[in-house]
Amino acid sequence: MLTLENITKEFQSKSGIVKGVDDVTLHIRKGEIFGIVGYSGAGKSTLLRCMNYLEPPTSGTVKVDGVNLAELSPKQLRKQRQSIGMIFQGFYLVSSKTVFENVGFALKAAGIKKQHIRQRVDELLKLVGLTDRRNQYPAQLSGGQKQRVSIARALANNPKVLLCDEATSALDPSTTKSILALLKKINKELGITIVIITHEMEVVKEICHKCAVMQDGRVVEQGSTYNIFANPQEPLTETFIETVLDFKLPQKLTEGLDGELVMLQFWGEKATQSVVSDALQAFRVQGNILHGKVEYIQDEPLGIFIMSVTGEQDEVKKAIDYLRKRVSKVEVISHGEHNSNIA
Amino acid sequence: MESIIQILPELNQAFFETLLMVGIALLTALLIGLPLGILLFVTDRGIFLENKLIRQTAGSIINLIRSVPYVILLVFLLPFTHFLLNTTIGPLAASVSLSVAAIPFYARIAESAAREIDKGVIEAAVAAGASPWLIIKDIILPESKAGLIRGLTITAISLIGYSAMAGTIGGGGIGDLAIRYGYYRYDNTIMFTTVILLIVLVQVVQYFGDFIAKAVSRR
Repeated sequence: MLTLENITKEFQSKSGIVKGVDDVTLHIRKGEIFGIVGYSGAGKSTLLRCMNYLEPPTSGTVKVDGVNLAELSPKQLRKQRQSIGMIFQGFYLVSSKTVFENVGFALKAAGIKKQHIRQRVDELLKLVGLTDRRNQYPAQLSGGQKQRVSIARALANNPKVLLCDEATSALDPSTTKSILALLKKINKELGITIVIITHEMEVVKEICHKCAVMQDGRVVEQGSTYNIFANPQEPLTETFIETVLDFKLPQKLTEGLDGELVMLQFWGEKATQSVVSDALQAFRVQGNILHGKVEYIQDEPLGIFIMSVTGEQDEVKKAIDYLRKRVSKVEVISHGEHNSNIA
Repeated sequence: MESIIQILPELNQAFFETLLMVGIALLTALLIGLPLGILLFVTDRGIFLENKLIRQTAGSIINLIRSVPYVILLVFLLPFTHFLLNTTIGPLAASVSLSVAAIPFYARIAESAAREIDKGVIEAAVAAGASPWLIIKDIILPESKAGLIRGLTITAISLIGYSAMAGTIGGGGIGDLAIRYGYYRYDNTIMFTTVILLIVLVQVVQYFGDFIAKAVSRR
């Protein structure tokens, strides 16, 4: 649905040319919710703006549903943009227009006749749950309501793709949840492909099927959200995941701890098997679970436990080898006595 | 008191002459200055009709006219006024130079009013696939309406001041009256009357300008 090939965007700055986006290639499939995470300045916003040519890339090609945006005339590009909705962190509603007029503007832009606009806007307001706010002005709405209006505006012309530029970053947690639920519903019911850029890993965990991590204009890692969470390859990705799955143990607990401290990960159906008790029965070791959690990412369980394994060195080693065979991922965090630092 | 009553018909005429020349100049400012100001804005860097050549050309012409003091512009434009109207006296003749002064003045005000709009709002309209004309008509003008009206008030008040200068070289209006009676004839009563009249006029313009600007604002 959305193909980015070797996208590079350069900016002229006082100190020379700066690469905002550096050779990014992404393939986003139809019906996917794709997240792009990164700190501010990582180039994710610029990349998103390349997707509808608000910011034409310096080099590389952007194809939306097979159409190369670079080959379009200004008029054709406008037409194409009507099938790419976009919402923003700052909502960007027109303050002098009512909710109805704000949504209607997008339809007007597409040259739709007045009587049809009326009907379509009412439909859209129903979809986002703002029918009763129809004639109010943006200044009278809360942040969440404003974002709903801007979603209705973005969906007005039945787009194939919806681009979300930090759409929930200005909202409080519960409003964020409701907006994410709305986006999920739009994706499911209307089959719209959604691209979300965010610095909140929570958002990715909540709704993204796939995600990419950006740093210094490059995509350093991408894959299914589950795999990214379960098995991150890059230190940056780990840092992001820690914001959602934090397994730091208090120092007091780890001081004077005997045996091996291991982190076990159970992916998918393995999360439901009784591996740990099997291991404890098969070998002469004691296990003590210090920390643990089962997260559901895209409705799939991801179990993470930290336990200390004590006993004779040989037995401990055997037990851990056994675990390695049956558990998705085993990571020995520290050995022996006086564990103090936990990764 | 008697002299005021005597002068009343002339005062009345002068008042309407002032209104006429300021009115014509304001209208021209709105018809030419406003589009020019919008042009300056939309051709600016990062805005949807970015065009350095057009922006710089328009900007230079505006600066050129604005850097000439009004009294000099007034004299400088006399041949042009004569060519246009076949006369250089009367309020109509004065309105020519007033208009020329008002256009670039209002263009800059309109430009800065448009600049007050959040760039994101314009960008959202571009992202929605709206045409430049639709964005100007449906986003930029309504969103900057309050600023444009406040700017029109400022322009009107400046023009009332300028119109007095135009009066001195035969343009008519309240300024002309003040100079003829107050300066040449040392008639202080008339002069005070004209000053009070000007003060009232300016106050009324300011009041209505503020009132309308407030009424259209939705922020």
